[in-house]
Amino acid sequence: MDDTLTRTVQPAIIVAGLAKTYGDTDKPVHAVAGIDFHVPAGSVTALLGGNGAGKTTTIAMLLGLLKPTAGSIRILDTDMLRDRHHVLPRLNFSSPYVDLPHRLTVRQNLMVFAGLYAVSNAGKRIEQLAEELNFASLLDRPAGALSAGQKTRVALAKALINQPDVLLLDEPTASLDPDTADWVRSLLEKYRAERGVTILLASHNMGEVERLCDQVLMMKQGRIVDRGTAPALVAKYGRQTLEQVFLDIARGQGKAAELSEVPL
Amino acid sequence: MSTPLTLSQDISCSLQRIFAMLRRHWYLLAGSWTRIVELIYWPAVQMIMWGFLTQFLASKTSYVAQAFGVFLAGMMLWDSMFRVQLGVAISFLEEMWSRNLGNLFVSPLRPGEFATSVLMMGLLRTLVGMIPVSIMAWIFFDFSVYGMGLALAGFFFSLVMFGWAIGVAVCGLIMRHGLGAESAAWGAMFLILPVAAVYYPVAVLPAWLQMIAWSLPPAYVFEGMRALLVDGVLRSDLLIGAFALNALYLALGFWAFLAFFEAARRRGQLLGQGE
Repeated sequence: MDDTLTRTVQPAIIVAGLAKTYGDTDKPVHAVAGIDFHVPAGSVTALLGGNGAGKTTTIAMLLGLLKPTAGSIRILDTDMLRDRHHVLPRLNFSSPYVDLPHRLTVRQNLMVFAGLYAVSNAGKRIEQLAEELNFASLLDRPAGALSAGQKTRVALAKALINQPDVLLLDEPTASLDPDTADWVRSLLEKYRAERGVTILLASHNMGEVERLCDQVLMMKQGRIVDRGTAPALVAKYGRQTLEQVFLDIARGQGKAAELSEVPL
Repeated sequence: MSTPLTLSQDISCSLQRIFAMLRRHWYLLAGSWTRIVELIYWPAVQMIMWGFLTQFLASKTSYVAQAFGVFLAGMMLWDSMFRVQLGVAISFLEEMWSRNLGNLFVSPLRPGEFATSVLMMGLLRTLVGMIPVSIMAWIFFDFSVYGMGLALAGFFFSLVMFGWAIGVAVCGLIMRHGLGAESAAWGAMFLILPVAAVYYPVAVLPAWLQMIAWSLPPAYVFEGMRALLVDGVLRSDLLIGAFALNALYLALGFWAFLAFFEAARRRGQLLGQGE
């Protein structure tokens, strides 16, 4: 854990007993089965888990896109289930499950979101983001004409347009080549250092998580089965890398079979 | 904790978000001449067909000869209502097709502001389509719908309100049931066409259908339009009845939209809906 985390102990995100159940009462599907976690202000926390572990469902509930079945969420000291509109101007997100209108240019898309987030000097802010994220030459191109990597960068620009205090990122470097992905991670590190932003990210890239994150929440079957810093988890499971820990937990093998809080 | 906004700040922010959404749709419309042509094309085809039919009937029946524009005015007013409803639904569907709902609803945009923006777009799209068509009717058939004077504004805005009410409810339905319910955008309004009394009086309907007709604002508007064009009488009672019912239907439409929105939130349908 680095200095940033130890310096700023006030949680930006507090989740308690959060659950989401779908389906009939006789055949319920527990997408998220009662999870608790805190994300300290200014820290980066990763949600790790296989497909269907509940990461995207958790992020959707934090953002208010999905109504929880039970539990509470506080972000920046605001009850998200009751007053989310008070804090939404200070949040933003990016996800591969959403897109920007294809027929609008990149600049037009960002102008619209600048308006929604009441960004002052929107034109200047967009130029600045385009420089930082290296897509200035794409600003007047339709969003639908971009490559997957270019779309990811523009989606990240959308996520940063309001200079959020809390950023929720679902697979932020998916579809990016290693060079661009590395560059995006550097940008997130820089943004965090400059703005003290709190980041919660879901990722399948273990290298990314080890590099960026102060805390890792391991999810399986809608539960948090373990948590800690990446080095602490690697040591706890007697492995060399976080990827090996991930595989142990996903497959219920090695020390994971003994340590897990839920049946594997 | 974030500082609560004053009422005036809140309204100002709200207007800014609605304006941002209007800007989004304006970019789309202004950037595509085919979209603008389409807004004019269908009403123009309808108007030309009804114009020729009117010319033919005017030479055969005294009713049409006396009130030459009754069918053309009916067609243009009906199409205005339909285009408003369709414009609202299309503006909403644009967000579904582009998988943009998730981005919008995690922004500070509130569902009511979103609904207001698509209602405004429905009106704008209709004006873009219907104003040129009304001018064409004057040029081709020597009939000016504007001859109805201020009453036209009453008829038009009454039908706009009903188009909004149906349109916003249809948006909620599609949000809740996904693109499988997309056809409601094109078909919903035609369900009431037989009882809207667009081209014939409510009196020709069977008694039980008359009751349904009088429970819907369009019947009041079209009866009022005929009273003006055929008898030269402005029936303010009909206009007042239409506006009163419209207020009720618009409130119901918004309520349905918000109820569907909450249902979509419960079922996780705001994230990832699209083609």
